[in-house]
Amino acid sequence: MTRNEIIAPENLVYHKPTLMNDNHMHYCPGCSHGVVHKLVAEVIEEMGLTDHAVGISPVGCSVFAYNYIDIDWQEAAHGRAPAIATAIKRLWPDRLVFTYQGDGDLACIGTAETIHALNRGENITIIFINNAIYGMTGGQMAPTTLLGQKTSTCPYGRQADLHGYPLKITEIAATLEGTCYVTRQSVQTVAAIRKAKAAIRKAFENSMNGRGSNLVEIVSTCSSGWKLTPVEANKWMTEHMFPFYPLGDLKDTTIE
Amino acid sequence: MGKIKGAIVINEERCKGCDLCAVACPLHLIAPSGKVNHRGYPYVVQDDAEGRCTGCTACAIVCPDGCISVYRVKSE
Ligand SMILES: Cc1ncc(C[n+]2csc(CCOP(=O)(O)OP(=O)(O)O)c2C)c(N)n1
Ligand code: SF4
Ligand code: SF4
Repeated sequence: MTRNEIIAPENLVYHKPTLMNDNHMHYCPGCSHGVVHKLVAEVIEEMGLTDHAVGISPVGCSVFAYNYIDIDWQEAAHGRAPAIATAIKRLWPDRLVFTYQGDGDLACIGTAETIHALNRGENITIIFINNAIYGMTGGQMAPTTLLGQKTSTCPYGRQADLHGYPLKITEIAATLEGTCYVTRQSVQTVAAIRKAKAAIRKAFENSMNGRGSNLVEIVSTCSSGWKLTPVEANKWMTEHMFPFYPLGDLKDTTIE
Repeated sequence: MGKIKGAIVINEERCKGCDLCAVACPLHLIAPSGKVNHRGYPYVVQDDAEGRCTGCTACAIVCPDGCISVYRVKSE
């Protein structure tokens, strides 16, 4: 069988999600944002919620998420996505409402909105891209930056006595009464991507079933901010991020 | 038993040359093309002269930019 015979529409087994349009994504080569965008698009498509999904995009590299996934979107001021999501979900309870936020957006300027929306048990999902850095503005230290990690604002590495400790906001979320499902995933391998997709699906289903708020952290790379190649960044993440941000479910009230 | 045969099509203009697909391919069938697309990114190509690709989809799943379409057939 020749290559041309194999490449026929009936043999197609994988392609870019239909909900993801052909706009060129502005993300740097290898950025985890792209993989997570694909998963969000696939899950919405598979759940048949294309006309019922509203995403809230943040300030950060994913500020233009609305240009890439063809659903309804609302742009939020920096860190305020969970507050906007609260309003939209309360006004439109039949919609799938989710935020998509970086760690600077969610765990720094938006900490209050994040904690309170989760604690109120809003029926939303928060997708949290933790790349341990402010990507968009040039790789500054974030609350999530690891001890010893070098960034443009801590060029000698983060020090606890000077900069405080990295914030495990997902662990905090798991202690809140309002949260239903809190999980930490990653997207550096095929297996990890499959798990992350299942987690996003579960979170979206919980939001639609009124089970409370859901937080899906994705430990991510920012090769530009970290000054590594995409392949090196995945390795660095596995070696340095996973020991401090271990993967897995932190809370799941649907199985208790 | 039928043999599984695959093929991929890479959208060269969408590719950013991150090499994540090349690392993910268990048969090491993807490599830099040595060429640059209109956006200035060095894109990758599949080098599969012997038709070894199984269409496992690993490369396409890890591609952050959704550049890869995968085709698969079971041949007799
Ligand atoms: C009120 C306000 N303060 C600061 C900024 C500058 N700013 C833009 S993006 C950003 C950080 C984004 O980092 P993160 O949320 O981690 O997302 P990433 O870019 O890494 O995906 C900051 C501080 C802003 N736009 N608005
Ligand atoms: S700066 Fe970092 S987070 Fe932003 S697009 Fe580039 S790799 Fe992704
Ligand atoms: S993973 Fe995608 S963007 Fe990266 S080199 Fe492969 S085809 Fe290009």
